[in-house]
Formats: sequence, structure tokens, C-alpha cells
Amino acid sequence: MKITGKAIKYGDNVDTDVIIPARYLNTSDPKELASHCMEDIDKTFVSRVKKGDIMVGGFNFGCGSSREHAPIAIKESGISCVVAKSFARIFYRNAINTGLAIVEFDQEIEEGDELEIDFDGGILINKTKGTKGIFPPFPDFLKNIIEKGGLMPSLK
Amino acid sequence: MGMTMTQKILASHAGKDKVVVGELIMANLDLVLGNDVTSPVAIKEFEKAGCKGVFDCEKIALVMDHFTPNKDIKAAEQTKLVREFAGKRNIKHYYDVGEMGVEHALLPEKGLVVSGDLVIGADSHTCTYGALGAFSTGVGSTDMAAGMSYGKAWFKVPSAIRFNLTGKLSKWVSGKDVILHIIGMIGVDGALYKSMEFSGEGVSSLSIDDRFTICNMAIEAGAKNGIFPVDKVTLEYIKNHSKRAPVIFNADDDAEYEKTIDIDLSKVESTIAFPHLPSNTKTFSEFSEIKIDQVVIGSCTNGRYSDFEKAAKIIKGKKVAKGIRVLIIPATQKIFLQMAEKGLTKIFVDAGCAVSTPTCGPCLGGHMGILAKGERSLATTNRNFVGRMGHPESEVYLCSPEVAAASALTGYITHPSKI
Repeated sequence: MKITGKAIKYGDNVDTDVIIPARYLNTSDPKELASHCMEDIDKTFVSRVKKGDIMVGGFNFGCGSSREHAPIAIKESGISCVVAKSFARIFYRNAINTGLAIVEFDQEIEEGDELEIDFDGGILINKTKGTKGIFPPFPDFLKNIIEKGGLMPSLK
Repeated sequence: MGMTMTQKILASHAGKDKVVVGELIMANLDLVLGNDVTSPVAIKEFEKAGCKGVFDCEKIALVMDHFTPNKDIKAAEQTKLVREFAGKRNIKHYYDVGEMGVEHALLPEKGLVVSGDLVIGADSHTCTYGALGAFSTGVGSTDMAAGMSYGKAWFKVPSAIRFNLTGKLSKWVSGKDVILHIIGMIGVDGALYKSMEFSGEGVSSLSIDDRFTICNMAIEAGAKNGIFPVDKVTLEYIKNHSKRAPVIFNADDDAEYEKTIDIDLSKVESTIAFPHLPSNTKTFSEFSEIKIDQVVIGSCTNGRYSDFEKAAKIIKGKKVAKGIRVLIIPATQKIFLQMAEKGLTKIFVDAGCAVSTPTCGPCLGGHMGILAKGERSLATTNRNFVGRMGHPESEVYLCSPEVAAASALTGYITHPSKI
């Protein structure tokens, strides 16, 4: 699988309270959650995100609450993949289990950079910068979950 | 090479003699937990996958604690969905308004977790039960759905950091200060994907409530779990709360740790986490007068009886500072009742505090104490992220019950020795 998209960049420790504030957790409707995604740190996100855009974070992306509403909101907003230097562990699980693509990648990416991600090859090309980097592929155990379409079907 | 306490519990639940760091395993679960925010998503996944039934109707706990008593129509609809599921699936441990409490205070109190258990919960603070020598960790709703259906979850076997505790806590200092001190030292991702294993001669001096508070905030350092060895204190607690027999796992002498960090408990001071990260800690010599608008004493971190006992001792016979709202939220019905019986409720109400029935409420900015723009709350809760308790431009400072009580009387962040 290959995707291309423009980077929307945030810093380190993007927590689940800013991805989707708890005041909106009285619903689990993906569209409603997506309409408030990131609003406490970026009021413009919802209006400027375009289908296929790639969210970029620093270290410890998705820290905090276990709310699966966070990857659901990001995915529904149109984001095709989250690229971060590291992920908080519950967010990492939730992304795999709900089918939101994530990549652990340690090179610097700037806001607006055009990125191409080759998941099978584990290659990230920054078209704007003209650079290329590699990222570790998922272990077979997790690949199986992703290929079967999520955790529930993989356990059948 | 030997195994850590966490690795041993994981191995035993995966039917293996040995597991190694990084190994991916499928483990059997002793308990699956969800609340009114995360369970509806799990139930939808469960139904969508066409699951025939739950793996064991006695090993699932559904606790309606976040937006309850329901704050609005949408929240009421969510709880209704869970209530109907619990009825249809005959879930034994379904706790609704009137008997519910904040989940991580309630489950140990009800005796649903004992040493050696493997517990997942669709709530990040599920790591609390490590205080009892159990492996417990937070997961998402899909993991919860799979857990309810199959009684299993996948895990990557974690490495561990050992915290070697020595000495005893000094006056006015408690478990909250220990964990804030540690998070301040290692950072919010200082234990990412790892176990935090507490050991050393200092453990025996820590009450079970201190241990609950310490393990509760392991997630705030990014940890997979926090865990204490089982000792007399643990066994006494379990004997008084559960009919189940604890299973004791001890770390091997040659267990491998990524590092060992020594913590002299006698040197830990009252510690405050400033906005907007739990790792942004300061002790009293590092700041001057910080005025507050609200004080919250409660939550899965510090809403236990001993927390209110400490606060009541400081507040007794005094009045809260003018213009300050002070919210006292016992974490379970049992604690609520105990507070009334022992005269704590009267102390708080006489002082001008509001005493509520259990709810997570303000901790996550749900209801019951939301902050306006520019307001500042001092709280015994666990997170101080942007907008956590209300308006994105409000602020949350995290502290112990002792500091919260002292500050309620003065209106600014105050060391309890000043009262």
C-alpha cells in the first residue's frame, strides 16, 4: 500500500484530550467526533484538513486517555496516516485495532511537506525536501491483525 | 535470565513457562473493564462482529462513572445502551448510579481484582491494580470488545524499570507526591511501553492507598503498567475485600531491568504538577503565590477514604477561602457513607465545601466543576492537559490531598505545614 499526502504538523505529547476533548465523548458518532478534532490546540484543523492529508507529531503522540474516539476522530476527519517519532502505547493499539495507519519515523518533517509513504517497503519519501527515510515494518503478528481488517475479524 | 514480576504474570496467562522482552503473546484475561464512555464503542464493535456471547458473564465489569448521574441526553443514551447490554448479556458486575463508584477505586473495594490477576480495562488508569500485585493495563474499546467476547488480549512483553524505594515518607507527603516526583524525573514518556516495578525496603511503609495512587499514574509516565510486590499490607487488604485467593508472583533475582532508579522516600517533598503536563513538577521552594479558583479532591487517583481523612484533618473547624469553590468527591458509595458516619462530611460542609456522590466528573472536564476561560483549579486528579477540566484557556495544577486541603483554606497553593 502506498499513500501520498500533505503534512499537518503538531509537536510532542499530543494528548487525546486535545485530539478529542472529553466534553464531546457523550457520543461515539465518528462524524460528530471528527467535527471537533484538534480544536483545543488548532481551531483551523477541521476547516483546512483535506482527504488524504498526513498528521505529523513528535514524541509520545496520543498520550493520555484510552479513548478510541481519538483515532476514530482523526480517521474520520480525512487523515490517511499519522507519522510520529513515537506513539503512546494505548493509542498505538487503538490505531491498529481500528485501522488507522500509523508510522514511527524519526526524521524531521515540516508543515505542508508533501509525503509519500510505502507501507510494504517501509519507505517514507519527503517530496518537498527531496529526502527519503526508512521505518520499521509491523511484526507479522500485527500485520495479521491489520490484514484481516482489525482485531475482531482476526480473532474469529 | 530471569523474569520480572510483570513478565511472570504474562507468561502464566499465556500458558508459557517463559516469555522474553518484545515477544508478542495472546493471554487469558481474569477481568475486562469498561465505563460509560468506552463501553458503548466496545458494545457496537461486539455486536457488529456478530459475537454470540460473552466469554464469562462474571469476568466483565461495566462501571457507569464518567458522565453519571447523566449530565445530558447524549450521555444518558450512552449509559442506556450499556445498561441494556448488561441486562441482555447477564453481566454480573454492572454498576449504575446508586452503587457505582469511580471504577479504579470500586473494583478493588468490591474484591474483583486480586494479586496475580491479568486485567484489561478500556480506561487508561486501569494500571491502578498493580498496587495489588496484579498485571493491569489500559486498552481501547476494540480490545475491550475482543476481551468480552474471547477472554483474550494480545500483548507485547514489556521491559521494565525498577524503582528501588528506601526510607519512609515524611509528614504531609503521600503516594501522590512520590509518583509526581517520579514523573517529573523521567518525563511523560519516561517509561513508554515499559513496566514500572516498585521494590525495596521502602515498600512496606507505604499504605495500600499510597500504592493505588502511585500505580494509577504509571500511565502518566507512558508505562504499560505499574506494579508492587505482594506483602502483608496487600494480603490484609485482599482478605478484607475479596473471597478469591491471591496468587503471588515474585520477580526473579536475576530479572533484567533496563535501569534501576533509587528513590529515598524520606527526601520526597510535596510536589505540584504545573500546566500542561504531569511531568512539569515543582516543589514549594520553586514557586511563589499562585491563586486558585477551584479545588477538587477526588478521582481514581485520590478519592479514597484515607485521602479525605487527611484533608479533613487540615480543614476541620476552618472555612474555605472566600471566592474558592471546593469540591469533595468520594470515589465510591462506601467511602461516601463512611465519610458521613465518621463525621468527615460535616467537617467539609461546615467549612463551605460541596460534597458530591461518586463521579469522574470534573477530572476529565465532563461535568460537576467545569472551569471558565482563565480559571485555575488545583486538583488531586491525574491529568493537567490543555482543556482537561474545561475551557482550553483554563489551568489545572495536580497535587496531593494534603496540599489541596491546605490551599482550599488560603485560596492559593499552600503547603499544609503553613496551616
